Amino acid sequence: MNRIGVFVCHCGINIAGVVDIEAVKKAVAAYPGVVFARDYTYMCSEPGQDLFRKACTSGEVEGIVVASCSPRLHETTFRRTAADAGFNPYRVEIANIREQCTWVNTVDPQGATAKAIDIILSLVERTRRDESLVEAQIPVTKKALVIGAGIAGMMTALNITGSGYQVYLLDREPSIGGRMAQLSETFPTLDCAQCIFTPRMVEVGQNRDISLRTYCEVEEISGYVGNFTVKIRHKASYVDWDKCTGCGMCTDKCPTKVKSEFNMMLDDRKAIYTPFPQAVPNKVVIDSENCLYFRKGACRVCEKTCPLGAVDFEQKDWFEELEVGAIVVATGYDLYDKENIEEYRMGYSPDVIDGITFERLLSASGPTQGKLLRPSDGRVPEEIVFISCVGSRDPENHFPYCSRVCCMYTAKHAVLYKHRVPQGQAYVFYMDIRSAGKNYEEFVQRAVEEDEVMYIRGRVSRLYLDDGKIVVVGADTLSGANVEVRADMVVLSMAIRPAKGLEELARKLKIQTDANGFLAEAHPKLRPVETLSPGIFITGCAQSPKDIQDTVAQSGAAAAKVVELLSKEQLTHEPIVAFADEEICSGCGQCEQQCTFDAIELVQRRGNPATGIPDRSVAKVNEILCQGCGACIVTCPSGAMSQRNFRLEQVYSMIESFI
Amino acid sequence: MMKIQLSRQALLSELREQVKDLSEQNLLACYQCGKCSAGCPSIEAMDVMPSQIIRWVQLGQIEEALKSKTIWLCAACQTCKVRCPRGVDLARIMEALRQLVLRENVDYVHPNNISEEDLEELPQIALIANFRKFTP
Amino acid sequence: MSAVELSYMPGCTLKTKAKNFETTTLKLLELLDVHARELTDWYCCGTTYSLASDNVINHLGPIRTLVKAKEAGREDLLVLCSMCYNTLRRAQELVQHDEEKRSKINEFMYEEETDFTGDEVRILHLLTLLKETVGFDRLKEKLVRDPGGLKVAGYYGCMLLRPREIAIDPVAEHPSILEDLFAACGVDSVYFPFKTECCGSYQTVNEKQVVLSRTKAITESAVKNGADLIVTSCPLCHYNLDAYQPRVAEATPGFRTIPVMYISQVLALLAGLDDVQDYNLHVVDPRPVLRARGLMGKGEPAAGGKA
Repeated sequence: MNRIGVFVCHCGINIAGVVDIEAVKKAVAAYPGVVFARDYTYMCSEPGQDLFRKACTSGEVEGIVVASCSPRLHETTFRRTAADAGFNPYRVEIANIREQCTWVNTVDPQGATAKAIDIILSLVERTRRDESLVEAQIPVTKKALVIGAGIAGMMTALNITGSGYQVYLLDREPSIGGRMAQLSETFPTLDCAQCIFTPRMVEVGQNRDISLRTYCEVEEISGYVGNFTVKIRHKASYVDWDKCTGCGMCTDKCPTKVKSEFNMMLDDRKAIYTPFPQAVPNKVVIDSENCLYFRKGACRVCEKTCPLGAVDFEQKDWFEELEVGAIVVATGYDLYDKENIEEYRMGYSPDVIDGITFERLLSASGPTQGKLLRPSDGRVPEEIVFISCVGSRDPENHFPYCSRVCCMYTAKHAVLYKHRVPQGQAYVFYMDIRSAGKNYEEFVQRAVEEDEVMYIRGRVSRLYLDDGKIVVVGADTLSGANVEVRADMVVLSMAIRPAKGLEELARKLKIQTDANGFLAEAHPKLRPVETLSPGIFITGCAQSPKDIQDTVAQSGAAAAKVVELLSKEQLTHEPIVAFADEEICSGCGQCEQQCTFDAIELVQRRGNPATGIPDRSVAKVNEILCQGCGACIVTCPSGAMSQRNFRLEQVYSMIESFI
Repeated sequence: MMKIQLSRQALLSELREQVKDLSEQNLLACYQCGKCSAGCPSIEAMDVMPSQIIRWVQLGQIEEALKSKTIWLCAACQTCKVRCPRGVDLARIMEALRQLVLRENVDYVHPNNISEEDLEELPQIALIANFRKFTP
Repeated sequence: MSAVELSYMPGCTLKTKAKNFETTTLKLLELLDVHARELTDWYCCGTTYSLASDNVINHLGPIRTLVKAKEAGREDLLVLCSMCYNTLRRAQELVQHDEEKRSKINEFMYEEETDFTGDEVRILHLLTLLKETVGFDRLKEKLVRDPGGLKVAGYYGCMLLRPREIAIDPVAEHPSILEDLFAACGVDSVYFPFKTECCGSYQTVNEKQVVLSRTKAITESAVKNGADLIVTSCPLCHYNLDAYQPRVAEATPGFRTIPVMYISQVLALLAGLDDVQDYNLHVVDPRPVLRARGLMGKGEPAAGGKA
């Protein structure tokens, strides 16, 4: 290519204030192969784009260099204008004479001018060797997978199907619902959680476009945006769900009692069970670790009882492959284990519990039918202490971050306690009160003034037991005194942690987790529901601790991104990707090992006995998966691996142009 | 009750820098949670909470901190240091404050002021430790 | 297990007011074929580790002792006193991690011609020795007396556990090494929530009020939870918890005294090593409790002492 046009942008005074634009134009225009060197104050503006467009359509040039700011800012702008004008966008290159020249060379205008010329000419050399490239078109499977069926996953699924697409909704528990199903009331309205939630659960269960995959785990993921293949494991429930009606007769007869995980170990369930009465789907599973048949070969009462013969002890785990275009990770949270707080362990009794356990005590469908009773002896706690920030905001020994929801749920707990135990006293040991949401501040003030919750500003140093009470040893920094409370019950606001197993799932999905184990968003401000892997989105507490309304809002956002993706007929992929010259490639496979995107595989090529070329293997790049990082090119020992419009000869030409 | 006049100069007082150097602690890391005070064994005899001492230091008001009885009641038990969620070693800050007084050649305790009976009774470990902490 | 040779540093108080700690420990160790050789030259550890960043001279005492231990040629240095343990360990950590201070100290000690790096000697507290070198099972084999239902309150105090870097138990805020030791010997430990709470330490010289209030809280907790005695490893804790009880009793109607003994005193009795202890060193006489549990040997004098 020998006809290159150059535009030199002033960028106001950012460039023109340092370099001598006329000198630059003169030097560049005189360079062999350069057809023109034109300047303008702001190339990115409408008139600037007009000038650029004219050059594209005039036929006077085959390649264009725009000397301006960093390509990160406007490469896309110029390439889009070029494409619209029918000019191949990959023959438009940016010469960065701002960030890499004038912004670092303000005191030496002469030097900056010389450098600007060097940079532009090197780009001219490069652009002459550019090829016309066409973006790859990828088809899109118009289905999505949502991993995690708590409020985050459920709302995401409902929103996606609302736009007309089908969703697989997966959860490792037998039922959907997640943590919200365990809650009693929600702040700040004190709505009954079950009342607002179970209709949604039913809606999800009945939605024809949502295919539930409960009691399943993700085994393996392959593919790429628009074309994922996800292998899932259906865990053996030992019950044929096609037959099971959830009548519960088997549960009634089962002789084995196991501590109920849903009720936070406060009471029992059976070995054949549904996790809670409103489960969707309303089917039982057998816990093979505790079931007498699996442990000792005995019993089988459930099998005998079931009128439909749904129990099947021979059932095995089985696998299914799902083809989807987008994945949303909504796996939720666990609470940090209180055993980790060494200095409190002296005071641990059954009456020292975490927030979710307290919710189960409050819940009308919980182990005490909503009566607030001590787990140890069933008595009503008259003095109750809530301790905030346990394990949070503790960079030295636990986690540095704030778990965000505890201030509000603690206030809620204290208020609900007072409603049930009007003669009792609630104390909250806190450091700060974070009540930034709508009506949150008012709610907390109500707790303080109407429900007489005593907020004590200071952390608790230790707990111990004395005469059936839990002694809470804390401080009130506001009055300057240590404060001790002999409590009947202590509720710890344990740090919010990502759900167990997230790290492994992230690895399978090839998405990042942050320093605290939560899923990493693509940009903290502007891309909160995307990951750096196209087609995989995140929402809810898997991304960071948050309350229900923020989760629902974020799930709406994730669903919108999914719909945006699925609504396209085709996806485009930038063509500046790696490719292997099969003539040179020796099939050593080092590039395949290096590639973090699994975009390279070795393929067989038949040889030709007539010409003596043997059968051999060569590297083949999947141009859709390739992200153009260049690692394979650096690794390739023979130089067979190259990158489109970033070939070694192009790089050499740039270097040669200024030495 | 007092009123403090704050300015950058007041905050970066020479004495505050000395406390920082002697203790090698990041004074600004303390967010006044009070956990150190809550676990302090000598709290009942103190006039000012241990966490308030560090507050005085943060505000550059070292003289206030030095007026307290608190810094002389510290038993160097290290409970504050071990439990601090920000990793601030308050025991070292207390030591630094005591040093500011003691290094002016002041004896906070003196063997002459200890009764004959005590000198007979007390194990030498107590006397050594006490003199170590309270004399220059 | 073959015979074990290690160096031993008693520290000041073990030769005087805390003599019982030394005599019972050495006798017990002989029984276990552990030979603790007292260093010919040792220095006062300084009791409390100096916390000022520039106070290097206060570290010389403990470092010199460690140098002597290095010269004695044995890998392990046994200490019994919690404060010696704390100061020696922390001085050792300082020398290992602060190159500037280390060279300053070595230079200052130029006459001793040493290039001490801090990792030549392992400082072993009695409890770690019994757990790791000897093993609780082997200790149990040597015990001949039935504990008779003895209940102890194992008092750790501060110096064995803080800071975390030198703690003798991995769970520094909720330790169990003392309880494990006694459990292995067939002795029950009571629930004792004040086991790591400070006794008041050196405030005993000029702020007796602090120690009084601490002793009251600690001993009351032990008594309330059914302990027969408190066991400790620190001469200062022993003094504070023992000698202040009469004063607490004066100020508190209904206060019940409880004897305070060193770990090895109890173990020695369980091992049948009688006539080793000087009960006159106690303020609260342990003999009535010991006798009630059948732990006193024949020929022990009748109850006396200062309490």
